[in-house]
Amino acid sequence: MNEIPVGAPRSQIEVQIDGKQVKAVEGATILDICQKEGIDTPTLCWAENLTPVNVCRVCVVEVEGSRTLVPSCSRPAEDGMVISTDSERVRKSRKLVYELLDSSVDMDRSTAEVKEWMEHYEVDSSRMGSKNEIATVAQPPKIQDSLYVRDYERCILCYKCVEACGEDAQYTFAIATAGRGFDAHISTEFDVSLPDSACVYCGNCIGVCPTGALVFKTEHDMREEGTWNEETQEVTTTVCSFCGVGCNLELHVQDEKIVKVTSPADHSVTSGHLCIKGRFGWQHVQS
Amino acid sequence: MSDLKFGTEEPTAEEKTAIDELSSEIGPAEIKLDERFVVGGRTRVKDRRRLLLPALHELQNTAGWISPGGLNYACKVLGIPPAEAYGVATFYHLFSHEPPEVKDLIHVCDDVACRLVGAETLIKDLKDSGHKVKPSPCLGQCERAPSVLIQRTNKKNLTAVAESNNSLTAVNVEQVLTSETVTPQMTLPQKGSENLSLLSRVGVVNPESIEEYVKLNGYDALKKALTIGPDKVIEEVTASKLSGRGGAAFPTGVKWRAVADQVGRPRHLVCNADESEPGTFKDRTIMEGDPFAVIEAMTIAGFSIGAEQGWLYLRGEYPVAAERLENAIREARKNGFLGKNIAGSEFNFDIQLYKGAGAYICGEETALFNSIEGFRGEPRNKPPFPTTHGLFGEPTAINNVETLVNVLSILALGGDKYAMQGTGNSTGTRLFCLSGRVVNPGVYEHPFGVTLREVIEAAGGVTDSKKIKAILLGGAAGSFVTSDHLDLPMTLEDTREAGVSLGSGVVMVFDESDDLPDTVRRIAQFFRDESCGQCVPCRVGTVRQEEVLARFTRNASFDTDEELLEDLSTVMKDASICGLGHTASGAVLSAINLGLLERTL
Repeated sequence: MNEIPVGAPRSQIEVQIDGKQVKAVEGATILDICQKEGIDTPTLCWAENLTPVNVCRVCVVEVEGSRTLVPSCSRPAEDGMVISTDSERVRKSRKLVYELLDSSVDMDRSTAEVKEWMEHYEVDSSRMGSKNEIATVAQPPKIQDSLYVRDYERCILCYKCVEACGEDAQYTFAIATAGRGFDAHISTEFDVSLPDSACVYCGNCIGVCPTGALVFKTEHDMREEGTWNEETQEVTTTVCSFCGVGCNLELHVQDEKIVKVTSPADHSVTSGHLCIKGRFGWQHVQS
Repeated sequence: MSDLKFGTEEPTAEEKTAIDELSSEIGPAEIKLDERFVVGGRTRVKDRRRLLLPALHELQNTAGWISPGGLNYACKVLGIPPAEAYGVATFYHLFSHEPPEVKDLIHVCDDVACRLVGAETLIKDLKDSGHKVKPSPCLGQCERAPSVLIQRTNKKNLTAVAESNNSLTAVNVEQVLTSETVTPQMTLPQKGSENLSLLSRVGVVNPESIEEYVKLNGYDALKKALTIGPDKVIEEVTASKLSGRGGAAFPTGVKWRAVADQVGRPRHLVCNADESEPGTFKDRTIMEGDPFAVIEAMTIAGFSIGAEQGWLYLRGEYPVAAERLENAIREARKNGFLGKNIAGSEFNFDIQLYKGAGAYICGEETALFNSIEGFRGEPRNKPPFPTTHGLFGEPTAINNVETLVNVLSILALGGDKYAMQGTGNSTGTRLFCLSGRVVNPGVYEHPFGVTLREVIEAAGGVTDSKKIKAILLGGAAGSFVTSDHLDLPMTLEDTREAGVSLGSGVVMVFDESDDLPDTVRRIAQFFRDESCGQCVPCRVGTVRQEEVLARFTRNASFDTDEELLEDLSTVMKDASICGLGHTASGAVLSAINLGLLERTL
């Protein structure tokens, strides 16, 4: 979603980032500038196909004159801003945010990118206390149908699934954040099962989950059996044949079986989102 | 019908009536054929969605809980996805999600002030006599600790407080329940004193009579404002150097000017009456004792910024204030001080009263907006600021109750003369909430510049002439000081220099026999319970902080944990979204630095 929509002309601004003067279009976020300048920035709750909610706080950067660190994903750059993305303060907060998450959530099945960042910041959550003595979100997975598994002990509450289910993609509003504080969790109304909720099984929540809390049942079962092996999987891009919209599908194939379906986030038709047919309507291929 | 999916549960007849009455003005959700309901999201549903919080109150009050049938029906009428409404309902402490076992739920404050004087015994006694009891964060009645809020089904809520310290027993609470008497008339230690400005009418005027209010100079300030015009009002407020009394001390004149200069319309005036900072009860004192002053001040503020709609967001635990403010709004409308053509002028203004439902975080301005709008009370990232993107994303001025009431004396005196009270940039008078180990706890009005010692002495000094161990200044979000700070002048500049804050005016005194480690752990628990859960540093950081202190109070090792506490403080201060996370470690760290956690018992 890097195209600039046609609208009122926007002026150019200049900021200093990590000691370098760079130009940017007014309205660009600090993260936009980081990405343009090749400054690697960790994110968890940000995605190119979703509105920034700035809740995870791993993308924070230091802005001169600002009392606190600012979230780069949602903070528009201003002319003359002086930004540091790798100061001691930034590194410390990012590391601690990962440590806080790691101490309360099972991060084992996070994306490779998340794991790389955790290694980069030498995350060690053991000093928060041993997991059987401190509060965690440990709980059994919710398996209520043959398509989804919601394994909320892996949920970092990044709100991505809520956004994808709601105004950023699907407009279904089947799930929302419920509860408060450490008890906040993603839930249907009164925690009714997914089949009883408004869920339409588009799987777009699975598509955006960064920590493996929401997965295809196929993936969950294979992981539990110990047969899930991403290295041997082949990804084939094709076009969905169910209707005329033309959604790109990426078929993840292991041992000649489709195990998962995704769509590229930068695809002009889908922005990474699919419907139930594209996401789950492939069983006939294997029958 | 909309393309939202609702459940199949049906409301009871009472629940249906309650929701129908609430929504009678807007009628049932009706979707035109050529528009799908969800198009436009938030803005499209603005008028309906803002009825969600009132609807939840209706359901809770009617049935004693938010039932699936009741919520489902409210969602249908208001056009809200059930999952989102459930998310909102579960955000607030005062809403139950299980069918009630008994009709009355007794919330007993076991927060810092109340636990000094037997809150825990009271909880046990009430439980032993078969009541349903819920320990509560500060109920804002610290001058008469311990205190109780009785939440009832189909009846108005009641408060029960001690008439003198240590005296509230389970029997007293039961008497309140059977007699249904409201809180005994408040006592204002300085009642009638000539030096009072903000509190001059409290305890003197009949809070339910607009005639008496008018006799005691009520509505003089509004009439003056209407004569001199909005710009001149803002000029006077700017000249007075009035600063916000909610804790952040932002200059009020600057805020009003910024909103008045906005091109966007409509604009809103919001009064933040969600007083929930532990140890704070000054706004309640004004609202219960002089409610018309709040309404008049809001009207003046609305006039000067060019708003036609005022919103008064009152904390849900203040039933007496709610009743009196509702009455004041009604009376003001009846007498032409609210509504169209106020006091014969061209100015139109009205006020909506919104009741919170048990969430400290809703005192954060942007969380408060979300709460009114019918969303979860989660703070928004700033910028943009409320002056440009406030309530419903529209230009908004939001002020604390005490701040607004100051405007009445600013207009009476003139800004320059007002600015002569106090010191430097700390002008005017300030309300202090004295609680804990002082002889006469209560709200006191002093000019800025008074020393901490004078503030405590005005309240009769320390109970039983004991030695001060510590003073909590500014509330749970403030910090501890010791008797070394007694000569600190209470001004914005001096406190800032000393690295402390006046915050919401809390002065809570602890003597040498008090269990400070327990107090500090309770403060940590407060933040753990009140974090909204949105951002990681605060959601998990407040939990880890409380765990460290709980380990400490169990006498486990503290050595390695001290460094952890400092790190948690750093990440909460640096990376949290809002002030709750930024201040959650302040009191805890100050207690450690002052050596208050060393056990002397």
